[in-house]
Amino acid sequence: MRNVYVLGTGMIKFGRYPEKTVPELGGEAALVALKDAGIAIKDVEMFACGNLYQSNAMVGQRILQQIGQTGIPVINVSNACATGSTAFREAYLAVASGMYETAMAVGVEQMGKQGLLGGAGGGDPAYSVEGKLGSGLMPAVFGQAGIEHMRKYGTKPEHFAKISVKSHKHATKNPFSQYRNEVSLEDVLNARMVAYPNTLYMCCPTGDGAAAAILVSEDKLKQLAGGRKRPKIAASVLTSDPYTERDLTFPDVSTLTRRASKLAYEKAGVGPKDIALTELHDCFATAELVHYENLGLCGDGEAGAFIDKKGGCHPDLGGFAPVNVSGGLLSKGHPLGATGVANICEVVWHLTQDERAKDRQVPNAKVGQAHVIGLGSACTVHILTV
Amino acid sequence: MAEQAQATDTGPRPIVPFLKLDPKPHLIAVKCSNCGSVFMDLKRVACSKCGSTKEKFSQVSLSDKGKVYVFSVVHQSFPGIKTPYITAIVDLPDGVSVRANLVDVDPETAQKEPKKIFDLPVEMVTHVAAKDREGHEVIAFSFKPSKN
Repeated sequence: MRNVYVLGTGMIKFGRYPEKTVPELGGEAALVALKDAGIAIKDVEMFACGNLYQSNAMVGQRILQQIGQTGIPVINVSNACATGSTAFREAYLAVASGMYETAMAVGVEQMGKQGLLGGAGGGDPAYSVEGKLGSGLMPAVFGQAGIEHMRKYGTKPEHFAKISVKSHKHATKNPFSQYRNEVSLEDVLNARMVAYPNTLYMCCPTGDGAAAAILVSEDKLKQLAGGRKRPKIAASVLTSDPYTERDLTFPDVSTLTRRASKLAYEKAGVGPKDIALTELHDCFATAELVHYENLGLCGDGEAGAFIDKKGGCHPDLGGFAPVNVSGGLLSKGHPLGATGVANICEVVWHLTQDERAKDRQVPNAKVGQAHVIGLGSACTVHILTV
Repeated sequence: MAEQAQATDTGPRPIVPFLKLDPKPHLIAVKCSNCGSVFMDLKRVACSKCGSTKEKFSQVSLSDKGKVYVFSVVHQSFPGIKTPYITAIVDLPDGVSVRANLVDVDPETAQKEPKKIFDLPVEMVTHVAAKDREGHEVIAFSFKPSKN
């Protein structure tokens, strides 16, 4: 496998765009990425498109029908919340394998205001088990993940709440974020409870958005970069949930993340101490806390103390080992298919001192990582270096 | 669900295939004779731990007593579901966990003192959860604190 670089990135502000279509949203992000890369759609040889809610509707091809039908191979990817990052990885593999010099990944989603994720499906609703045999909805699943940490280590609801305060504060510096309001610890703890211990502000919103990246080989980079520094994809890892005792009843989001993280660090030849910034999958505040340990940012059982010492906070806020300086899913938003590509955009922007991250630039960022988990389960970890 | 629709009797029906109502309500599962793993989905084709195929499976009845591993208190749910309620992951001594509502525990208390819920000994109880389109009572199970 050969080296692959991110030549260009594009993202539209996450939010609500009821007046637009999914191909329009994806096409807009793709055009920004192409312009950023300094190439045109005719230069792209392969395209991987991540979208969840229209995964049977050829979103990738419809994006090309908006921005240029060049006849290239298109694959449409669906992998729960890891949809976008899996599409990015498919583009990575296409170039790393030597088959293509230039590939594009787009993640796009239009969710609208749909409330709780998950549904009863077809059949007689009398046999729907939701609420009758406990809850399989995301707030309860991730509430339990936090409660498991409370059980093991005595973690308090305040620890989870502090994560929400931190991420909201980070988002005030990110013009691409869906929400940019600050919240206090009291605001978070006193907000409406959704599924204990996650209150409203500890749950990510639904929304619409798109992000795109152009990936190139080293040869192509030399031709096109024009002296610009572009990050190398030092590791691209995808895992699924291995057998663990309770996984089929109580989804285990930790084991597959730990495995992906270990493989990614090994592949990239770096360790947690080398990571200047982490974008991780904070669909709920409880998830972020357990992933601090899963990604090795602190030791097992130390996430509470890590938070109390301002771990995860931007250095501008007196913190260290910054996590989700974009605002994270909690504030930036979580249009499912777009998330995995958007996280990588954020890391790229810090590594390249891109003006799109100027108000929240992490100083001296040479290595960054993006982690995504899709329940069901799929986990990606990408480590990028300059 | 298809199985339930095929039945011709008019009596109550379990909400899931792994709940049996006779002679008294109990849970069943399949056990892999090679590695001992226990699964609630009775129709699975192989063991996801060791890969043994279903010829290695035998059906087992599960204990009606267990311990709460973790829980959450659900405050927002689908229309018709009364909130708040406690959703719990209950570890059974048979080597499998099951998800159900935890009843006879005040949700507010569970939130204030979660430690009291961890490892709480519980026992299975059943109740009528709904009526289906054909008028059958649909029976669900939940867990309540054990008396002893």
